[in-house]
Amino acid sequence: MNVGSTAVAGLSNRSRRRRLTLRVVAAGAVMTLALSACSSSKHSSGSSTGSSGSTTIKVAVVDNPLMTTIEKLTSSGFSASHPNVKVKFVTLDENTLRDQVTKDVAAGGGQFDVVMIGPNDIPTWSKNGWIKDLTSYASDTNYDVNDIIKPIRDALSSSGKLYAVPFYGESSFLMYRKDLLQAAGVTMPANPTWQQVADIAKKLNNPSKGVSGICLRGKTGWGENLAALDTVVNTFGGQWFNMSWDPQLTSPAFQEAVTFYVNLIHDAGETGAANDGFNECLNNMEQGKSAMWYDATVAASTLDAPPSPIAGKLGFAPAPVVKTSASGWLWAWALSIEGSSKHADAAWQFMNWATSKDYIKYDAQKNGWAAVPPGTRVSTYQNPEYQKAAGDFAALTLKSIQSVDVNHPGVDPQPYSGIQYVGIPEFADLGTKVSQEMTAAIAGQESVSSALSKSQGYAKQVAQSYK
Amino acid sequence: MTTSTSTVAPPAPETRHVAVRPPRRQGWLRRLPLLPALVFVVVVTQIPFLLTVWYSLQSWNLLHPGTRHFVGLRNYRTIFSDSIFRTAIGNTLLFTVAPVILSIVIGTCIALLLDRRVFGRGVLRTLIISPFLVMPAAAALVWKFTILDPVFGMLNYVLKPFGVHHVDWINTHSQATIITVLTWQWTPFMVLIVLAGLQSQSQDILEAARVDGAGAFRIFRSLTLPHLRPYLELGILLGSIYIVQAFDAIFMITSGGPGQKTTNLPYYIYEVAFRAFDIGRASAMGVVVVIATIVIATLALRLVSSLFSDEGMHR
Repeated sequence: MNVGSTAVAGLSNRSRRRRLTLRVVAAGAVMTLALSACSSSKHSSGSSTGSSGSTTIKVAVVDNPLMTTIEKLTSSGFSASHPNVKVKFVTLDENTLRDQVTKDVAAGGGQFDVVMIGPNDIPTWSKNGWIKDLTSYASDTNYDVNDIIKPIRDALSSSGKLYAVPFYGESSFLMYRKDLLQAAGVTMPANPTWQQVADIAKKLNNPSKGVSGICLRGKTGWGENLAALDTVVNTFGGQWFNMSWDPQLTSPAFQEAVTFYVNLIHDAGETGAANDGFNECLNNMEQGKSAMWYDATVAASTLDAPPSPIAGKLGFAPAPVVKTSASGWLWAWALSIEGSSKHADAAWQFMNWATSKDYIKYDAQKNGWAAVPPGTRVSTYQNPEYQKAAGDFAALTLKSIQSVDVNHPGVDPQPYSGIQYVGIPEFADLGTKVSQEMTAAIAGQESVSSALSKSQGYAKQVAQSYK
Repeated sequence: MTTSTSTVAPPAPETRHVAVRPPRRQGWLRRLPLLPALVFVVVVTQIPFLLTVWYSLQSWNLLHPGTRHFVGLRNYRTIFSDSIFRTAIGNTLLFTVAPVILSIVIGTCIALLLDRRVFGRGVLRTLIISPFLVMPAAAALVWKFTILDPVFGMLNYVLKPFGVHHVDWINTHSQATIITVLTWQWTPFMVLIVLAGLQSQSQDILEAARVDGAGAFRIFRSLTLPHLRPYLELGILLGSIYIVQAFDAIFMITSGGPGQKTTNLPYYIYEVAFRAFDIGRASAMGVVVVIATIVIATLALRLVSSLFSDEGMHR
């Protein structure tokens, strides 16, 4: 305040013009400062070696429930047996994590040692040397790399080399409240179509009681609303690009799929769907505010295990289909070592522990078998205790993961790999822009056709370099 | 940053006319203590700016390592044909002008109330200032989840008796949301500046006016407002400089959406730089924004200045 009033006093005397110029220059300087902070950010090395010979590694993870569990278990489970390695977690939401991690690896910043990435990053990142080859580390017999479920292992490998190890793997399926369906007198078909799901959702929708028929993602982010929406597009016969890289976002099939998705949300979806991603829908289900939810299979490990208030009330069905026989996505949140990390050995010790069979057993001891990270190891699914605790969703999860075809998920062939994403580096930007348009359509701020024709324009710019 | 430069620098040129010109060496000796500050300013503002200009002339995308090359002005051509960039310019103007005007009007009203002798004035003042002290990111989260959330939000709860049900404020009124949050955050700043102005007003003049039979409104219009002019001007200037860079609220609450409704220039530059990793294009945008800001601010300030002095409101 002192500064402010002195400046005021300075302003109120005569030579206005000169002060004016000064103020403008000062304003310019502030802007310049703000902008150049963006362009030339250099980070100090995130990891350091302590005086007592211990190594600190920085680990960037997504703020999903199972990752918060590992953060809690690290001090007792990992640090106790590895006193020389100190683990520092940086927990970020999905969109922020992707931006931060990509920036760090691309600029060789070395802010993190271990980063959590997905299958879409593997081809380009490994080619650019942004992440380390883990093949020799993982060949350790105790680690038993062949125990990792094959589609997941393949998705995390590039030209035969393993670049990341999965913390959990997932496909997508439909979760529903058995009690609410029964009360409404409807049954879920064994392999539901989207039309059947929409009909059931409308029957279960009960706004006066604050219960929506279905919860669907609407939040901006290619890994948020587009993940769910793209699987719907695939099974409706749509695709992002055809074999000659012509964008197909305004094709009738794509349009029909998006219209269906948006209408379903408007007719029977949750209120404020445009804000909801995985964690928000998870919350909605736990609070009993939605009767069904189409999302990642991993959600079952949180919803159907104590202390969830709806544990035991859930039924599961495969991802709804229209023109394809299966429509689930494939995803893994996997750990990999940054190419510029100077503590690769310490980082591997942590990753080895976090993705090992022993971690799964340790987690089971602390939190029960139903809550362990799913979709990574065949041995988990062979474990009778896991089968008993997670029987309702375990088999379906494994089956969903095994029935995906990353290179041909839809009706027509596609020139890229990826089910709920397009496996090109530009997709983070393109997908986010398109998902912003989808959010606008879901929020009722824009029509589906105008959202899609804008999106088609963004896709055209990207496609040019692939033709 | 801004305030300190404007307070420190002015006296220097004026003394030169009055005093006898000192010998050259002595002049440099006198300026020597200022040199570290000057070097610092150059290092932290001008060198990065020149680098940004250099980057803006290159095709440089971090996602395609090894493809960096000089392209001249191509990035500038790209951004001027970019429809989102134009939308972002419009949004930046909206998200600067509206919060500045609203917060200066509301801020002046609150300052006038706080200038009276009321019970618990100290406590009231602290409470009024608190929005400015809360970290912007934390404040944005409070707005997003505790106030505006369609299911759990307090606003819908309070409005329920009036027939408002589950309104998704953030997505249906996204621009109004951002304007409200920015206004809420910056009103205390304006209160502080205007209050300082009010308290520096001479009580004698006010008393004399009252003796002459002037009413409260007349006193405000003819005495207080002209007195407050430089303070309001400063408030508008500083407010504009800070609010034009608004990022936290947009990043946390709307992520620039739905669609591009709340994408302003800082957020769009962030997206291009840190999501598309197109450093060349982002730098070009940065350069354009700096030049545009300097030009517009100069013209606007001259206009405002001349308007005020033409009206003869000079004290």
